[in-house]
Amino acid sequence: MATSEAVASSAHFDPQPNKRRLRGQIFLWSCFAATSVGVVLLAILLVDIMRQGMGRLSLEFLGNYPSRFPERAGIRSALFGTMWVVAFTGLFSFPLGVGTAIYLEEYAPRNWLTRVIETNIANLAGVPSIVYGVLGLAVFVRAMSMGRSVLAGAATLALLILPIVIISSQEAIRAVPPSIREAGFGVGATKWQALQHLVLPIAFPGILTGMILALSRAIGETAPLIMIGALTFIAFTPNTPLDEFTVLPIQIFNWAARPQAGFHELAAAGIIVLLVALLSMNAAAIILRNRLRKEV
Amino acid sequence: MSQADSAAETRDMKDTESPEGDKQPIAIQQLDLGSTGPILSEEQLVGDPRNIMVHAEPVIETRDLNIYYAQAKTIHGISLTVPRERITALIGPSGSGKSTLLRAFNRMNDVIPIAWNEGQVLFDGEDLYAAEVDPVEVRRRIGMVFQKPNPFPKSIFDNVAFGLRINRYKGNLADRVEEALRGAALWDEVKDRLKDNAYGLSGGQQQRLCIARALAVEPDVILMDEPASALDPIATGRIEELMQELKQNYTIIIVTHNMQQAARVADYTAFMNLGRLIEYGDTHKIFTGPDDERTEAYITGRFG
Repeated sequence: MATSEAVASSAHFDPQPNKRRLRGQIFLWSCFAATSVGVVLLAILLVDIMRQGMGRLSLEFLGNYPSRFPERAGIRSALFGTMWVVAFTGLFSFPLGVGTAIYLEEYAPRNWLTRVIETNIANLAGVPSIVYGVLGLAVFVRAMSMGRSVLAGAATLALLILPIVIISSQEAIRAVPPSIREAGFGVGATKWQALQHLVLPIAFPGILTGMILALSRAIGETAPLIMIGALTFIAFTPNTPLDEFTVLPIQIFNWAARPQAGFHELAAAGIIVLLVALLSMNAAAIILRNRLRKEV
Repeated sequence: MSQADSAAETRDMKDTESPEGDKQPIAIQQLDLGSTGPILSEEQLVGDPRNIMVHAEPVIETRDLNIYYAQAKTIHGISLTVPRERITALIGPSGSGKSTLLRAFNRMNDVIPIAWNEGQVLFDGEDLYAAEVDPVEVRRRIGMVFQKPNPFPKSIFDNVAFGLRINRYKGNLADRVEEALRGAALWDEVKDRLKDNAYGLSGGQQQRLCIARALAVEPDVILMDEPASALDPIATGRIEELMQELKQNYTIIIVTHNMQQAARVADYTAFMNLGRLIEYGDTHKIFTGPDDERTEAYITGRFG
């Protein structure tokens, strides 16, 4: 009797398991297709760039200054300019960003003003970079009379990445377990001692990772530097932070805009150099993070 | 080192830890006693001279203490005297305010911006919350051991030396570290690898390291917030044994969810419920003939 009841009750269901599984499969393949679009496009881009640019990649290309003749042109000035700018961007944004993050996480009172500041930092991370260029032009180039120098460019890019540095540093500090801090207080540490000896050393790998990723964004920025007047054709490398400069993306843009096919190949080669620089910075961030985490 | 390796290492250490030390079986017997029969036998109670107010000098005293988180009152008018060089247990169901009260004894609640107090907490007769009292100094004199072992990601030596360094210890650092590790019954297990990272120790060893870290800065009182709740029964037994040794020189206040543990280790027990002190007295009295029916309901497992 129990059996007949069980059989009877199955009349209330129409399970159609195959149809239900098929729906799951359809969803799976839709997601896979969505992923593929990005991957395939990226692959096409890379292959195209490689095909065009590999022939131009050589030590001369890295070592020569730009030239009217594609076969003699190189990216020396842009490469050095990028290194100068990124170094100073790091120098400016690290103390400002980490300092702000420590203040906001550790010292700022939890009131509406702090919340407004934190919300605005998050918003600033989304402001178009050209706007930072306008700001840099007005404040650093003109008002502070830095001119079209490495210093002005680095200061502008430092402002641009500051929100990223602040937010990633805040997250790294927040990720330190409160129990470590309490243990420090428990043996009579002051707030600064707990920060200095316990919290910051543990947060450091995370802060450094955020810093490197932010700098790898700065390295690819073009618009704000054009805005503050970085040059497009320059036949010297900066010797002081007050010298004029150009950077890789601007050099690439300059070559790509020319009609001759030879310059397009140079642009592609420049892109390869820029990509290698970006990928090595990201790799460095990952390696650094893993190594430092292991030590902890 | 990969995670799998460090996990294996931790297991190895546990294995080497358990067979040594002939006191181990006692701890296990104590555990059996707690789980099988009455919590304390009648023989143990007869002639026990412990009496809270007569035989002990107070070290910490609260007077009509209220603690608030923002507007919410979590501790309601508690007056309690903690005697020197004894073990006092705070028991009660979750949310009864045991930990909040414990953290008021070394001003650890100060680090929570929304927490504030009314009433007094006296330490050697002086108000801990008086304006001229420095909470940093209070926490050196009244140390704390936490629920989960929380060593610093540093070497074993540096864990113990941390408190000494930040407080500018004037004596010999290595001697004091050894003394503290011996005090926490950990020295023999770690003396050959003081430079190793503390995270390589087993959970029980880590907790004893935290006790050593607390002992190093020469506190008068050690607050323990469920110090054994994350440990296995053997490691728990060692911590309880250690507490009995420590009370020769230190006052211990322990918060515990484990009533057998309170009955085994504590001289005095306070039962709390919903932020109020329900009953406080001699441990054997609390566990064998409590005055309040809520205490009785709790210790017999009818609620909580």
